[in-house]
Amino acid sequence: MDIKKLEQTATEVRIGIIKAIHSAGSGHPGGSLSAADIATALYFSEMNIDPADPEMKGRDKCIFSKGHAGPAQLSAMALRGFFPMEDFMTLRKIGSMFQGHPSIKIPGIEMSTGSLGQGMSASVGMALAGKLDKDPGRIYTVLGDGELQEGIVWEAFMSAAHYGLDNMVAIIDNNGLQIDGRNDDVMKVQPIGEKLESFGWNVIEIDGHNMAEILDAFDKARKCQRRPTAIVAHTVKGKGVSFMENQAGWHGKAPDEKQTEEALKELRGEM
Amino acid sequence: MADKIATRQAYGEALLELGEKYDNLVVMDADLSGSTKTAAFGKAYPDRFFNMGIAEQNMYGAAAGLALSGKIVCASTFAMFAAGRAFEIIRNSIGYTGANVKICASHAGITVGEDGASHQTFEDIALMRTIPGMTVVNPSDAVSTKKLLGQIVDTEGPCYFRIGRAAVPVFYGEDDEIVLGKGNLIREGSDVTVIATGIMVSKAHSAAAALEKEGISVRVIDIHTIKPIDEEIIIKAARETGAIVTAEEHGIIGGLGDAVAQVVVRNCPCRMAMVGQKDTFGESGKPDELLKKYGMTEDDIIRAVREVL
Repeated sequence: MDIKKLEQTATEVRIGIIKAIHSAGSGHPGGSLSAADIATALYFSEMNIDPADPEMKGRDKCIFSKGHAGPAQLSAMALRGFFPMEDFMTLRKIGSMFQGHPSIKIPGIEMSTGSLGQGMSASVGMALAGKLDKDPGRIYTVLGDGELQEGIVWEAFMSAAHYGLDNMVAIIDNNGLQIDGRNDDVMKVQPIGEKLESFGWNVIEIDGHNMAEILDAFDKARKCQRRPTAIVAHTVKGKGVSFMENQAGWHGKAPDEKQTEEALKELRGEM
Repeated sequence: MADKIATRQAYGEALLELGEKYDNLVVMDADLSGSTKTAAFGKAYPDRFFNMGIAEQNMYGAAAGLALSGKIVCASTFAMFAAGRAFEIIRNSIGYTGANVKICASHAGITVGEDGASHQTFEDIALMRTIPGMTVVNPSDAVSTKKLLGQIVDTEGPCYFRIGRAAVPVFYGEDDEIVLGKGNLIREGSDVTVIATGIMVSKAHSAAAALEKEGISVRVIDIHTIKPIDEEIIIKAARETGAIVTAEEHGIIGGLGDAVAQVVVRNCPCRMAMVGQKDTFGESGKPDELLKKYGMTEDDIIRAVREVL
Protein backbone atom coordinates (compact mmCIF):
# COMPACT_ATOMS: atom_id res chain seq x y z
CA MET A 1 0.00 0.00 0.00
CA ASP A 2 1.46 3.38 -0.96
CA ILE A 3 1.80 6.32 1.41
CA LYS A 4 -1.19 8.18 -0.02
CA LYS A 5 -3.47 5.16 0.40
CA LEU A 6 -2.16 4.58 3.92
CA GLU A 7 -2.95 8.18 4.81
CA GLN A 8 -6.48 7.77 3.49
CA THR A 9 -6.84 4.55 5.46
CA ALA A 10 -5.68 6.36 8.60
CA THR A 11 -8.52 8.82 8.10
CA GLU A 12 -10.95 5.91 7.80
CA VAL A 13 -9.47 4.51 11.03
CA ARG A 14 -10.16 7.87 12.68
CA ILE A 15 -13.74 7.85 11.41
CA GLY A 16 -14.20 4.39 12.93
CA ILE A 17 -12.79 5.63 16.24
CA ILE A 18 -15.16 8.61 16.42
CA LYS A 19 -18.19 6.55 15.42
CA ALA A 20 -17.48 3.73 17.88
CA ILE A 21 -16.80 6.02 20.83
CA HIS A 22 -19.87 8.10 20.03
CA SER A 23 -21.96 4.95 19.77
CA ALA A 24 -20.56 3.73 23.10
CA GLY A 25 -21.25 7.06 24.78
CA SER A 26 -17.89 6.86 26.54
CA GLY A 27 -14.26 6.11 25.72
CA HIS A 28 -10.96 7.73 24.91
CA PRO A 29 -10.86 9.62 21.61
CA GLY A 30 -7.76 11.78 22.27
CA GLY A 31 -5.18 9.03 22.65
CA SER A 32 -6.88 6.86 20.02
CA LEU A 33 -6.64 9.58 17.40
CA SER A 34 -2.99 10.28 18.24
CA ALA A 35 -2.15 6.59 17.66
CA ALA A 36 -4.27 6.18 14.52
CA ASP A 37 -1.43 6.62 12.01
CA ILE A 38 0.77 4.17 13.92
CA ALA A 39 -2.06 1.60 14.04
CA THR A 40 -2.68 2.04 10.34
CA ALA A 41 0.99 1.61 9.43
CA LEU A 42 1.16 -1.55 11.53
CA TYR A 43 -2.00 -3.23 10.24
CA PHE A 44 -1.82 -2.14 6.60
CA SER A 45 1.90 -2.19 5.89
CA GLU A 46 4.32 -3.40 8.50
CA MET A 47 2.86 -6.51 10.07
CA ASN A 48 2.76 -10.01 8.66
CA ILE A 49 -0.78 -10.97 9.61
CA ASP A 50 -3.77 -12.75 8.11
CA PRO A 51 -7.24 -11.59 9.18
CA ALA A 52 -8.63 -14.95 8.02
CA ASP A 53 -6.19 -16.77 10.28
CA PRO A 54 -5.60 -14.55 13.32
CA GLU A 55 -3.51 -17.26 15.00
CA MET A 56 -1.27 -17.86 11.99
CA LYS A 57 2.09 -19.31 12.96
CA GLY A 58 4.97 -16.90 12.68
CA ARG A 59 2.69 -13.85 12.61
CA ASP A 60 3.65 -10.46 13.93
CA LYS A 61 1.81 -9.30 17.04
CA CYS A 62 0.56 -5.88 18.05
CA ILE A 63 -0.20 -5.10 21.67
CA PHE A 64 -1.80 -1.81 22.62
CA SER A 65 -0.36 -1.46 26.10
CA LYS A 66 -2.16 1.88 26.24
CA GLY A 67 -5.36 -0.14 26.19
CA HIS A 68 -7.60 2.91 26.45
CA ALA A 69 -6.52 3.72 22.86
CA GLY A 70 -7.82 0.31 21.80
CA PRO A 71 -10.33 1.93 19.42
CA ALA A 72 -7.40 2.93 17.16
CA GLN A 73 -6.24 -0.68 16.98
CA LEU A 74 -9.75 -2.12 16.67
CA SER A 75 -10.81 0.34 13.99
CA ALA A 76 -7.71 -0.57 11.96
CA MET A 77 -8.39 -4.28 12.53
CA ALA A 78 -12.01 -3.91 11.41
CA LEU A 79 -10.90 -2.17 8.21
CA ARG A 80 -8.28 -4.87 7.69
CA GLY A 81 -11.00 -7.53 7.90
CA PHE A 82 -10.54 -9.15 11.30
CA PHE A 83 -14.23 -8.47 12.04
CA PRO A 84 -16.97 -6.29 10.51
CA MET A 85 -16.91 -2.57 11.35
CA GLU A 86 -20.57 -2.78 12.44
CA ASP A 87 -19.60 -5.35 15.09
CA PHE A 88 -17.01 -2.93 16.43
CA MET A 89 -19.82 -0.40 16.86
CA THR A 90 -21.02 -2.50 19.82
CA LEU A 91 -17.94 -1.22 21.68
CA ARG A 92 -18.49 -0.96 25.45
CA LYS A 93 -22.03 -2.36 25.25
CA ILE A 94 -23.19 -5.24 27.40
CA GLY A 95 -22.67 -8.66 25.82
CA SER A 96 -20.15 -7.32 23.27
CA MET A 97 -16.69 -8.83 22.92
CA PHE A 98 -15.48 -5.27 22.40
CA GLN A 99 -14.82 -4.39 26.00
CA GLY A 100 -13.88 -0.89 27.12
CA HIS A 101 -10.28 -2.01 26.78
CA PRO A 102 -8.92 -4.71 24.40
CA SER A 103 -9.67 -8.30 25.37
CA ILE A 104 -8.09 -11.49 24.03
CA LYS A 105 -11.60 -12.74 23.29
CA ILE A 106 -11.42 -10.61 20.12
CA PRO A 107 -9.86 -12.49 17.18
CA GLY A 108 -6.43 -10.98 16.53
CA ILE A 109 -6.05 -9.32 19.93
CA GLU A 110 -2.99 -10.91 21.53
CA MET A 111 -3.30 -9.59 25.08
CA SER A 112 -5.95 -8.08 27.29
CA THR A 113 -4.77 -4.63 28.27
CA GLY A 114 -6.13 -1.60 30.01
CA SER A 115 -4.22 -1.62 33.25
CA LEU A 116 -1.26 0.47 32.11
CA GLY A 117 2.19 -1.02 31.71
CA GLN A 118 1.13 -4.65 31.65
CA GLY A 119 0.97 -4.93 27.88
CA MET A 120 4.65 -4.03 27.79
CA SER A 121 5.55 -6.89 30.16
CA ALA A 122 3.39 -9.35 28.25
CA SER A 123 5.17 -8.22 25.08
CA VAL A 124 8.52 -9.04 26.66
CA GLY A 125 7.19 -12.53 27.42
CA MET A 126 6.01 -12.95 23.83
CA ALA A 127 9.38 -11.79 22.52
CA LEU A 128 11.18 -14.23 24.84
CA ALA A 129 8.94 -17.03 23.56
CA GLY A 130 9.68 -15.92 20.00
CA LYS A 131 13.42 -16.21 20.63
CA LEU A 132 13.00 -19.64 22.24
CA ASP A 133 10.95 -20.93 19.31
CA LYS A 134 13.03 -19.14 16.64
CA ASP A 135 9.73 -17.66 15.52
CA PRO A 136 10.13 -15.01 12.79
CA GLY A 137 7.20 -12.97 14.20
CA ARG A 138 7.91 -9.55 15.62
CA ILE A 139 6.22 -7.88 18.57
CA TYR A 140 4.93 -4.30 18.26
CA THR A 141 3.86 -2.63 21.48
CA VAL A 142 2.16 0.75 21.57
CA LEU A 143 2.53 2.70 24.81
CA GLY A 144 1.38 6.09 25.95
CA ASP A 145 3.81 8.66 27.30
CA GLY A 146 1.81 9.00 30.52
CA GLU A 147 1.99 5.22 30.77
CA LEU A 148 5.74 5.55 31.21
CA GLN A 149 5.00 6.77 34.73
CA GLU A 150 4.18 3.16 35.66
CA GLY A 151 7.20 1.44 37.22
CA ILE A 152 6.51 -1.91 35.58
CA VAL A 153 7.26 -0.34 32.19
CA TRP A 154 10.85 0.31 33.21
CA GLU A 155 11.20 -3.19 34.61
CA ALA A 156 10.04 -4.41 31.22
CA PHE A 157 12.38 -2.08 29.28
CA MET A 158 15.29 -3.31 31.42
CA SER A 159 14.47 -6.97 30.80
CA ALA A 160 13.98 -6.54 27.04
CA ALA A 161 17.43 -4.99 26.72
CA HIS A 162 18.98 -7.58 29.04
CA TYR A 163 17.70 -10.43 26.88
CA GLY A 164 18.60 -8.63 23.65
CA LEU A 165 15.06 -8.77 22.31
CA ASP A 166 15.64 -7.34 18.84
CA ASN A 167 12.36 -8.95 17.81
CA MET A 168 10.36 -6.29 19.62
CA VAL A 169 9.54 -2.67 18.95
CA ALA A 170 7.98 -0.31 21.47
CA ILE A 171 6.20 2.66 19.94
CA ILE A 172 5.67 5.51 22.36
CA ASP A 173 2.72 7.69 21.42
CA ASN A 174 4.23 10.88 22.77
CA ASN A 175 1.31 13.32 22.66
CA GLY A 176 2.42 15.07 25.83
CA LEU A 177 -0.96 14.95 27.56
CA GLN A 178 -2.64 12.73 30.11
CA ILE A 179 -5.94 12.81 32.02
CA ASP A 180 -4.97 15.51 34.49
CA GLY A 181 -3.10 17.70 32.01
CA ARG A 182 0.40 17.93 30.54
CA ASN A 183 2.89 15.15 31.36
CA ASP A 184 5.31 17.92 32.29
CA ASP A 185 2.92 19.21 34.94
CA VAL A 186 1.57 15.91 36.25
CA MET A 187 4.80 13.90 36.33
CA LYS A 188 7.66 14.61 33.99
CA VAL A 189 8.59 11.69 31.77
CA GLN A 190 11.05 13.47 29.50
CA PRO A 191 13.63 12.93 28.16
CA ILE A 192 12.03 9.70 26.97
CA GLY A 193 14.57 8.97 24.22
CA GLU A 194 17.59 9.47 26.46
CA LYS A 195 16.09 7.35 29.21
CA LEU A 196 15.45 4.49 26.80
CA GLU A 197 18.91 4.79 25.29
CA SER A 198 20.42 4.55 28.75
CA PHE A 199 18.32 1.42 29.28
CA GLY A 200 20.04 -0.14 26.28
CA TRP A 201 17.41 0.42 23.61
CA ASN A 202 17.87 1.51 20.02
CA VAL A 203 15.89 4.75 19.92
CA ILE A 204 14.36 6.39 16.86
CA GLU A 205 12.49 9.69 17.14
CA ILE A 206 9.86 10.49 14.52
CA ASP A 207 6.83 12.54 13.70
CA GLY A 208 4.12 10.03 14.59
CA HIS A 209 1.74 11.44 12.00
CA ASN A 210 4.16 11.24 9.09
CA MET A 211 3.47 7.91 7.41
CA ALA A 212 6.81 7.82 5.58
CA GLU A 213 8.71 8.39 8.82
CA ILE A 214 6.69 5.69 10.62
CA LEU A 215 7.42 3.11 7.91
CA ASP A 216 11.07 4.11 7.75
CA ALA A 217 11.40 3.67 11.53
CA PHE A 218 9.96 0.14 11.29
CA ASP A 219 12.52 -0.64 8.56
CA LYS A 220 15.35 0.61 10.73
CA ALA A 221 14.06 -1.37 13.71
CA ARG A 222 14.09 -4.57 11.66
CA LYS A 223 17.76 -4.04 10.84
CA CYS A 224 18.81 -3.50 14.46
CA GLN A 225 20.34 -6.58 16.04
CA ARG A 226 20.64 -7.67 19.67
CA ARG A 227 18.80 -4.59 20.94
CA PRO A 228 15.09 -3.81 21.13
CA THR A 229 13.95 -0.67 19.32
CA ALA A 230 11.88 2.15 20.75
CA ILE A 231 10.18 4.53 18.37
CA VAL A 232 9.39 7.77 20.14
CA ALA A 233 6.55 9.07 18.01
CA HIS A 234 5.82 12.74 18.51
CA THR A 235 2.09 13.06 18.14
CA VAL A 236 -0.85 15.36 18.74
CA LYS A 237 -3.58 14.20 21.07
CA GLY A 238 -6.90 14.23 19.23
CA LYS A 239 -5.12 14.49 15.84
CA GLY A 240 -7.46 15.00 12.91
CA VAL A 241 -10.37 16.53 14.81
CA SER A 242 -9.42 20.14 15.37
CA PHE A 243 -11.59 20.80 18.42
CA MET A 244 -10.05 17.77 20.13
CA GLU A 245 -6.44 18.48 19.23
CA ASN A 246 -4.10 19.12 22.15
CA GLN A 247 -6.98 19.12 24.62
CA ALA A 248 -6.45 16.92 27.68
CA GLY A 249 -10.21 17.19 28.25
CA TRP A 250 -10.73 14.88 25.26
CA HIS A 251 -8.68 12.10 26.86
CA GLY A 252 -11.70 10.22 28.13
CA LYS A 253 -14.89 11.78 26.85
CA ALA A 254 -17.23 10.76 24.04
CA PRO A 255 -18.37 13.34 21.49
CA ASP A 256 -22.11 14.07 21.49
CA GLU A 257 -24.28 13.94 18.37
CA LYS A 258 -23.35 17.42 17.16
CA GLN A 259 -19.66 17.05 17.93
CA THR A 260 -19.61 13.69 16.18
CA GLU A 261 -21.15 15.20 13.06
CA GLU A 262 -18.62 17.99 13.13
CA ALA A 263 -15.72 15.61 13.63
CA LEU A 264 -16.82 13.29 10.82
CA LYS A 265 -17.34 16.22 8.47
CA GLU A 266 -13.81 17.43 9.11
CA LEU A 267 -12.31 13.96 8.68
CA ARG A 268 -14.29 13.25 5.50
CA GLY A 269 -13.12 16.56 4.11
CA GLU A 270 -9.59 15.24 4.29
CA MET A 271 -10.34 12.22 2.14
CA MET B 1 7.08 -39.63 59.29
CA ALA B 2 10.76 -39.50 60.01
CA ASP B 3 12.16 -37.31 57.23
CA LYS B 4 11.75 -33.57 57.12
CA ILE B 5 11.96 -31.85 53.76
CA ALA B 6 10.93 -28.32 52.80
CA THR B 7 8.19 -28.18 50.16
CA ARG B 8 10.32 -25.70 48.18
CA GLN B 9 13.02 -28.39 47.98
CA ALA B 10 10.52 -30.88 46.58
CA TYR B 11 9.31 -28.21 44.15
CA GLY B 12 12.82 -27.72 42.78
CA GLU B 13 13.27 -31.45 42.29
CA ALA B 14 9.86 -31.81 40.66
CA LEU B 15 10.65 -29.03 38.19
CA LEU B 16 13.72 -30.93 37.03
CA GLU B 17 11.65 -34.01 36.25
CA LEU B 18 8.90 -31.99 34.59
CA GLY B 19 11.46 -30.14 32.46
CA GLU B 20 12.29 -33.39 30.79
CA LYS B 21 8.66 -34.37 30.26
CA TYR B 22 7.46 -31.00 28.89
CA ASP B 23 9.75 -29.27 26.43
CA ASN B 24 7.50 -26.18 26.56
CA LEU B 25 7.90 -25.79 30.32
CA VAL B 26 9.56 -22.48 31.15
CA VAL B 27 10.70 -21.40 34.62
CA MET B 28 11.12 -17.83 35.81
CA ASP B 29 12.50 -16.32 38.97
CA ALA B 30 13.08 -12.89 40.47
CA ASP B 31 16.61 -13.18 41.87
CA LEU B 32 15.64 -15.79 44.46
CA SER B 33 16.40 -18.95 42.50
CA GLY B 34 18.62 -20.31 45.28
CA SER B 35 15.87 -19.89 47.85
CA THR B 36 12.91 -20.94 45.72
CA LYS B 37 14.97 -23.87 44.37
CA THR B 38 14.44 -23.07 40.71
CA ALA B 39 18.21 -22.73 40.18
CA ALA B 40 18.64 -26.44 39.44
CA PHE B 41 16.15 -26.18 36.58
CA GLY B 42 18.07 -23.14 35.34
CA LYS B 43 21.26 -25.13 35.29
CA ALA B 44 19.71 -28.12 33.53
CA TYR B 45 17.66 -26.09 31.03
CA PRO B 46 19.36 -22.69 30.69
CA ASP B 47 17.41 -21.77 27.54
CA ARG B 48 14.11 -22.26 29.33
CA PHE B 49 15.00 -20.40 32.49
CA PHE B 50 14.61 -16.64 32.82
CA ASN B 51 15.90 -14.73 35.79
CA MET B 52 13.94 -11.50 35.60
CA GLY B 53 15.82 -9.73 38.38
CA ILE B 54 14.20 -8.09 41.36
CA ALA B 55 11.14 -7.09 39.37
CA GLU B 56 8.21 -9.32 40.26
CA GLN B 57 5.55 -7.29 38.48
CA ASN B 58 7.32 -7.56 35.14
CA MET B 59 8.07 -11.23 35.78
CA TYR B 60 4.37 -12.10 36.12
CA GLY B 61 3.46 -9.87 33.19
CA ALA B 62 6.11 -11.50 31.00
CA ALA B 63 5.00 -14.91 32.28
CA ALA B 64 1.56 -14.13 30.81
CA GLY B 65 3.16 -13.28 27.46
CA LEU B 66 5.15 -16.51 27.42
CA ALA B 67 2.08 -18.55 28.36
CA LEU B 68 -0.07 -16.89 25.69
CA SER B 69 2.68 -17.94 23.25
CA GLY B 70 2.22 -21.60 24.13
CA LYS B 71 4.56 -22.08 27.08
CA ILE B 72 3.72 -23.60 30.44
CA VAL B 73 5.25 -21.16 32.89
CA CYS B 74 6.26 -21.75 36.51
CA ALA B 75 7.22 -18.34 37.90
CA SER B 76 8.64 -18.24 41.40
CA THR B 77 9.45 -15.75 44.08
CA PHE B 78 8.49 -15.33 47.72
CA ALA B 79 4.73 -15.43 48.35
CA MET B 80 4.75 -11.86 49.63
CA PHE B 81 6.08 -10.50 46.36
CA ALA B 82 4.03 -12.80 44.16
CA ALA B 83 0.52 -12.63 45.59
CA GLY B 84 1.17 -9.35 47.36
CA ARG B 85 3.30 -7.06 45.26
CA ALA B 86 2.25 -8.44 41.87
CA PHE B 87 -1.42 -8.96 42.74
CA GLU B 88 -2.94 -6.70 40.16
CA ILE B 89 -0.66 -7.98 37.40
CA ILE B 90 -1.63 -11.54 38.30
CA ARG B 91 -5.29 -10.52 38.33
CA ASN B 92 -5.31 -8.73 34.98
CA SER B 93 -2.51 -10.29 32.92
CA ILE B 94 -2.84 -13.89 34.15
CA GLY B 95 -6.32 -14.29 35.69
CA TYR B 96 -8.33 -12.22 33.23
CA THR B 97 -6.61 -13.78 30.21
CA GLY B 98 -6.65 -17.31 31.70
CA ALA B 99 -2.93 -17.58 30.90
CA ASN B 100 -1.27 -20.90 31.66
CA VAL B 101 0.96 -19.54 34.41
CA LYS B 102 1.73 -21.37 37.63
CA ILE B 103 2.54 -18.85 40.33
CA CYS B 104 4.82 -20.98 42.46
CA ALA B 105 5.22 -18.92 45.59
CA SER B 106 7.67 -19.97 48.24
CA HIS B 107 8.39 -18.79 51.80
CA ALA B 108 4.69 -18.44 52.57
CA GLY B 109 3.35 -17.98 56.08
CA ILE B 110 5.05 -17.44 59.40
CA THR B 111 7.61 -20.22 59.01
CA VAL B 112 9.69 -17.90 56.84
CA GLY B 113 10.88 -17.09 60.36
CA GLU B 114 13.77 -14.76 61.04
CA ASP B 115 13.17 -12.45 58.06
CA GLY B 116 10.23 -11.11 60.03
CA ALA B 117 6.85 -9.55 59.40
CA SER B 118 7.77 -7.87 56.10
CA HIS B 119 8.25 -11.31 54.56
CA GLN B 120 5.57 -13.30 56.36
CA THR B 121 2.51 -13.64 54.12
CA PHE B 122 -0.89 -14.41 55.64
CA GLU B 123 -2.90 -12.84 52.84
CA ASP B 124 -1.86 -14.78 49.75
CA ILE B 125 -4.50 -17.51 49.77
CA ALA B 126 -7.18 -14.89 50.42
CA LEU B 127 -5.97 -12.70 47.56
CA MET B 128 -5.57 -15.52 45.06
CA ARG B 129 -8.97 -17.08 45.90
CA THR B 130 -10.70 -13.90 44.79
CA ILE B 131 -9.44 -14.14 41.20
CA PRO B 132 -11.96 -15.87 38.92
CA GLY B 133 -10.58 -19.10 37.45
CA MET B 134 -7.51 -19.21 39.68
CA THR B 135 -6.75 -22.64 41.13
CA VAL B 136 -5.21 -22.35 44.61
CA VAL B 137 -3.08 -25.19 45.95
CA ASN B 138 -1.21 -25.51 49.24
CA PRO B 139 0.59 -28.88 49.54
CA SER B 140 1.40 -30.26 52.96
CA ASP B 141 4.67 -32.08 52.36
CA ALA B 142 7.32 -33.11 49.84
CA VAL B 143 5.35 -36.01 48.35
CA SER B 144 2.17 -34.02 47.80
CA THR B 145 4.18 -31.11 46.42
CA LYS B 146 5.61 -33.32 43.69
CA LYS B 147 2.38 -35.08 42.90
CA LEU B 148 0.31 -31.92 42.81
CA LEU B 149 2.82 -29.92 40.78
CA GLY B 150 2.77 -32.63 38.13
CA GLN B 151 -1.02 -32.40 37.88
CA ILE B 152 -1.00 -28.61 37.87
CA VAL B 153 1.52 -28.47 35.04
CA ASP B 154 -0.65 -30.96 33.18
CA THR B 155 -3.80 -28.82 33.67
CA GLU B 156 -4.30 -25.75 31.49
CA GLY B 157 -4.94 -22.47 33.29
CA PRO B 158 -3.68 -20.17 36.02
CA CYS B 159 -2.73 -21.63 39.37
CA TYR B 160 -1.31 -20.36 42.65
CA PHE B 161 0.96 -22.97 44.21
CA ARG B 162 1.97 -22.21 47.79
CA ILE B 163 5.14 -23.71 49.21
CA GLY B 164 7.28 -23.05 52.25
CA ARG B 165 10.75 -22.42 53.49
CA ALA B 166 10.94 -24.65 56.56
CA ALA B 167 11.64 -28.39 56.53
CA VAL B 168 8.40 -30.19 57.37
CA PRO B 169 7.60 -33.87 57.99
CA VAL B 170 7.11 -36.06 54.93
CA PHE B 171 3.59 -37.09 55.64
CA TYR B 172 2.43 -39.00 52.61
CA GLY B 173 3.82 -42.22 51.18
CA GLU B 174 4.87 -42.45 47.53
CA ASP B 175 1.87 -44.69 46.83
CA ASP B 176 -0.76 -42.43 48.37
CA GLU B 177 -3.28 -41.06 45.95
CA ILE B 178 -3.33 -37.27 45.82
CA VAL B 179 -5.69 -35.73 43.29
CA LEU B 180 -5.93 -32.04 42.42
CA GLY B 181 -9.31 -30.73 43.59
CA LYS B 182 -10.01 -33.65 45.92
CA GLY B 183 -9.60 -33.46 49.67
CA ASN B 184 -7.70 -36.32 51.29
CA LEU B 185 -9.35 -38.14 54.17
CA ILE B 186 -6.27 -39.02 56.18
CA ARG B 187 -7.90 -40.14 59.41
CA GLU B 188 -11.40 -41.39 60.14
CA GLY B 189 -13.31 -39.96 63.09
CA SER B 190 -16.87 -39.27 64.21
CA ASP B 191 -16.92 -36.57 66.90
CA VAL B 192 -15.29 -33.67 65.11
CA THR B 193 -13.38 -32.95 61.87
CA VAL B 194 -10.14 -31.04 61.53
CA ILE B 195 -9.74 -29.67 58.02
CA ALA B 196 -6.15 -28.59 57.48
CA THR B 197 -3.95 -27.34 54.68
CA GLY B 198 -0.21 -27.03 54.10
CA ILE B 199 2.11 -27.64 56.99
CA MET B 200 -0.84 -27.81 59.41
CA VAL B 201 -1.90 -31.21 58.05
CA SER B 202 0.73 -33.19 59.94
CA LYS B 203 -0.03 -31.17 63.08
CA ALA B 204 -3.72 -31.94 62.71
CA HIS B 205 -2.88 -35.61 62.39
CA SER B 206 -0.83 -35.67 65.59
CA ALA B 207 -3.47 -33.61 67.41
CA ALA B 208 -6.06 -36.21 66.42
CA ALA B 209 -3.87 -39.00 67.75
CA ALA B 210 -3.48 -37.18 71.07
CA LEU B 211 -7.24 -36.55 71.35
CA GLU B 212 -8.02 -40.16 70.61
CA LYS B 213 -6.29 -41.10 73.85
CA GLU B 214 -8.92 -38.97 75.62
CA GLY B 215 -11.67 -40.80 73.79
CA ILE B 216 -12.36 -38.04 71.23
CA SER B 217 -12.69 -39.38 67.71
CA VAL B 218 -11.26 -36.82 65.26
CA ARG B 219 -11.57 -36.97 61.50
CA VAL B 220 -8.71 -35.27 59.63
CA ILE B 221 -8.93 -33.99 56.08
CA ASP B 222 -6.15 -32.44 53.98
CA ILE B 223 -7.54 -29.73 51.72
CA HIS B 224 -4.51 -29.10 49.52
CA THR B 225 -6.69 -27.61 46.79
CA ILE B 226 -8.36 -24.61 48.38
CA LYS B 227 -9.93 -23.56 45.09
CA PRO B 228 -11.88 -25.19 43.60
CA ILE B 229 -12.61 -26.71 47.00
CA ASP B 230 -13.87 -30.28 47.50
CA GLU B 231 -17.37 -29.44 48.76
CA GLU B 232 -18.47 -33.05 49.01
CA ILE B 233 -15.89 -34.10 51.58
CA ILE B 234 -16.61 -30.98 53.66
CA ILE B 235 -20.40 -31.40 53.62
CA LYS B 236 -20.03 -35.06 54.55
CA ALA B 237 -17.78 -34.12 57.48
CA ALA B 238 -20.21 -31.45 58.67
CA ARG B 239 -23.14 -33.91 58.50
CA GLU B 240 -21.38 -36.84 60.08
CA THR B 241 -19.28 -35.16 62.78
CA GLY B 242 -21.30 -31.97 63.41
CA ALA B 243 -18.26 -29.81 64.22
CA ILE B 244 -15.31 -28.53 62.20
CA VAL B 245 -11.95 -26.99 63.07
CA THR B 246 -9.88 -25.52 60.24
CA ALA B 247 -6.11 -25.18 60.50
CA GLU B 248 -3.88 -23.14 58.21
CA GLU B 249 -0.59 -21.27 58.30
CA HIS B 250 -2.38 -18.23 56.91
CA GLY B 251 -4.67 -15.51 58.19
CA ILE B 252 -8.07 -16.63 59.38
CA ILE B 253 -9.48 -13.82 57.25
CA GLY B 254 -10.03 -15.08 53.73
CA GLY B 255 -8.12 -18.35 53.88
CA LEU B 256 -9.07 -22.01 54.23
CA GLY B 257 -11.30 -21.28 57.24
CA ASP B 258 -13.43 -18.86 55.23
CA ALA B 259 -13.49 -21.20 52.22
CA VAL B 260 -14.75 -24.09 54.37
CA ALA B 261 -17.23 -21.85 56.20
CA GLN B 262 -18.77 -20.78 52.89
CA VAL B 263 -19.42 -24.41 52.02
CA VAL B 264 -20.73 -25.24 55.49
CA VAL B 265 -23.15 -22.29 55.86
CA ARG B 266 -24.70 -22.94 52.46
CA ASN B 267 -25.11 -26.68 52.94
CA CYS B 268 -24.99 -27.89 56.49
CA PRO B 269 -24.31 -25.28 59.19
CA CYS B 270 -22.33 -26.62 62.14
CA ARG B 271 -20.08 -25.34 64.86
CA MET B 272 -16.69 -24.17 63.61
CA ALA B 273 -13.41 -22.84 64.96
CA MET B 274 -10.46 -21.54 62.96
CA VAL B 275 -6.80 -22.03 63.75
CA GLY B 276 -4.52 -19.62 61.89
CA GLN B 277 -2.88 -16.22 62.08
CA LYS B 278 -5.20 -13.80 63.85
CA ASP B 279 -5.66 -10.26 62.56
CA THR B 280 -2.07 -9.29 63.30
CA PHE B 281 1.40 -9.12 61.75
CA GLY B 282 4.17 -11.55 62.70
CA GLU B 283 7.72 -10.88 63.84
CA SER B 284 11.23 -12.37 63.64
CA GLY B 285 11.92 -15.65 65.34
CA LYS B 286 12.50 -19.34 64.75
CA PRO B 287 9.63 -21.01 62.87
CA ASP B 288 8.60 -23.18 65.80
CA GLU B 289 8.74 -20.28 68.25
CA LEU B 290 6.54 -18.24 65.93
CA LEU B 291 4.02 -21.00 65.34
CA LYS B 292 3.68 -21.28 69.10
CA LYS B 293 3.44 -17.57 69.81
CA TYR B 294 0.90 -16.96 67.04
CA GLY B 295 -1.24 -19.99 67.78
CA MET B 296 -0.59 -22.49 64.98
CA THR B 297 0.54 -25.65 66.80
CA GLU B 298 -0.84 -29.06 67.59
CA ASP B 299 -1.93 -27.71 70.99
CA ASP B 300 -3.87 -24.89 69.36
CA ILE B 301 -5.73 -27.42 67.24
CA ILE B 302 -6.52 -29.47 70.36
CA ARG B 303 -7.85 -26.37 72.14
CA ALA B 304 -10.00 -25.49 69.15
CA VAL B 305 -11.41 -29.02 69.02
CA ARG B 306 -12.45 -28.76 72.67
CA GLU B 307 -14.06 -25.41 71.91
CA VAL B 308 -16.38 -26.82 69.26
CA LEU B 309 -17.27 -30.05 71.03
